[in-house]
Amino acid sequence: MTTLPTSTKKKLGLVIDLDICVGCQACATSCKEWNTGGYSAPLSDIQPYGADPDGAWLNRIHTYEAGTGPEGRTVHFPRSCLHCEEPACVTVCPTGASYKREEDGIVLVNPDTCIGCKLCSWACPYGAREYDPAHGVMKKCTLCVDRIYNENLEEEDRIPACVRACPTGARHFGDLGDPNSDVSKLVAAREGYDLLPEFGYKPVNKYLPPRPRRDAYSQDKSTVAAAPIEPSDNEAGTMAAKLFTWADRMLSR
Amino acid sequence: MHPSYSVIIFTTASGAGYGLLVWLALFRMFGVIPAERWLGFLGLGTALGLITLGLLASTAHLGHPERAWRAFSQWRSSWLSREGIAAMATYVPAGLLGLGWVIFETGGFFLGLVALLAIIGSGITVWCTGMIYASLPTIRQWYQPLVPPVYLAMAMATGGLLYNALAHMFGHGSALSAGAALLAVIAALVIKGLYWRVIDSAPKKYTAEAATGLGHLGKVRPLDPPHTQPNFIMREMGFKVARKHAVKLRGLAIIFAFLIPLFALVLALFAGAPAVSGVAGIVALLSGAVGVIVERWLFFAEAEHVAMLYYGAEAA
Repeated sequence: MTTLPTSTKKKLGLVIDLDICVGCQACATSCKEWNTGGYSAPLSDIQPYGADPDGAWLNRIHTYEAGTGPEGRTVHFPRSCLHCEEPACVTVCPTGASYKREEDGIVLVNPDTCIGCKLCSWACPYGAREYDPAHGVMKKCTLCVDRIYNENLEEEDRIPACVRACPTGARHFGDLGDPNSDVSKLVAAREGYDLLPEFGYKPVNKYLPPRPRRDAYSQDKSTVAAAPIEPSDNEAGTMAAKLFTWADRMLSR
Repeated sequence: MHPSYSVIIFTTASGAGYGLLVWLALFRMFGVIPAERWLGFLGLGTALGLITLGLLASTAHLGHPERAWRAFSQWRSSWLSREGIAAMATYVPAGLLGLGWVIFETGGFFLGLVALLAIIGSGITVWCTGMIYASLPTIRQWYQPLVPPVYLAMAMATGGLLYNALAHMFGHGSALSAGAALLAVIAALVIKGLYWRVIDSAPKKYTAEAATGLGHLGKVRPLDPPHTQPNFIMREMGFKVARKHAVKLRGLAIIFAFLIPLFALVLALFAGAPAVSGVAGIVALLSGAVGVIVERWLFFAEAEHVAMLYYGAEAA
């Protein structure tokens, strides 16, 4: 049913820390690996070793340069479905294949009823849905719905594959509808933000902004780059300095 | 947005079909044209044939065309679903109209009623087609109140050209058939011209800085792409027609879809000789067919999707 639930019991989602993501792509490859073998059909790869490889991925890691000059910085930016509270991708679906779960807020596509019309991908401002040409249906992040409730897995593995794989702890998973959850506290402490809130789709996933720089430059912006260090006449002229220079030369032989 | 040929054929063919259906039903309702068997057969046959061809073409871009029937279920929220239902529902009065017209060669109150229902159904279907696009805030050129009127006006214009040519074939070509087509073409030109003016001045509301939320750090530029080859998002949403080509193609669309039909129809109106009017009507129709395909291709090719902000677009 493509009409949305009025509210969901939980708001499961991800919190992505842009301050510590190193852009290693571990989350993307881990996502691909899990989801190509798990729920639904494999995530297609067309000519994976050819000149023009193509395939559906549920998680894409961009790298941006933000700001210019000495203030410019590199920001690695993972992008996947944000499991919006009011997702337009669900309401535009003509078949009811796209739906938002009432119990935990996860947005899913039923691969047995999707007709592959691609309208949902047009409706999503985040480019989160990718069409699978081999399977003929739309694919998207499932928040690893087949992991997080999977009692066959060890407790520590019952989190999305991307979160499990992240070597720097830049990805967090939890209930963003519960203000006392770890993820909600993290978002509050770090001023986590929504992507493109103007659309009103209320993304559940949050992004934590890069922390302000703490080096000398950003503390005192009037400082110009330090002058190159040259030996001062005072020091170079002393007896002791000459002695050390001589000793250094001798010992270097 | 990628201009998919199946969707271009679908919207232009079914649009012309619904337009023709409206004109036939309207003129039959008011007794302007007689309940002649072969006129009805060929006229309604062409209209329903184009509509059906369009609907079949629309399933060609589906990953699973065999599941297309499922699209009738979500009318509560989806304009695509509403369009499908409206299209199916319109077959009923259109079929009944055909039955009365072709088999029994009659008019009367009942057939007037089904003609009216066919007109309403056609209008709703084409409006829904426009709303599929007009309801997407992700695409600035589509999220415009003028989009459904553009679809409706183009359907009435191309349908009018078809009707006029068809009427001439059966010797019912008149000042009314050419005049109706002429009015529809002028209305379409005005609405489409307005639409182009609106999208040219519509502000780009979203930037790469807003999309990433990194604007407080300064300008945001892509440094390293997430993949080496284009993916689905880049091919589907990233299709871009060069600005100078777009200007040229708009010129061609204006000439073929509007100006040539306009002059041909004026000629038909004042020619006097039915042969000249008939040929002018066919020229108008052929030119309009080429024009509407260019117009529809541009409707997609000129549309810019917000998701491309993540792939290097500066604003959308």
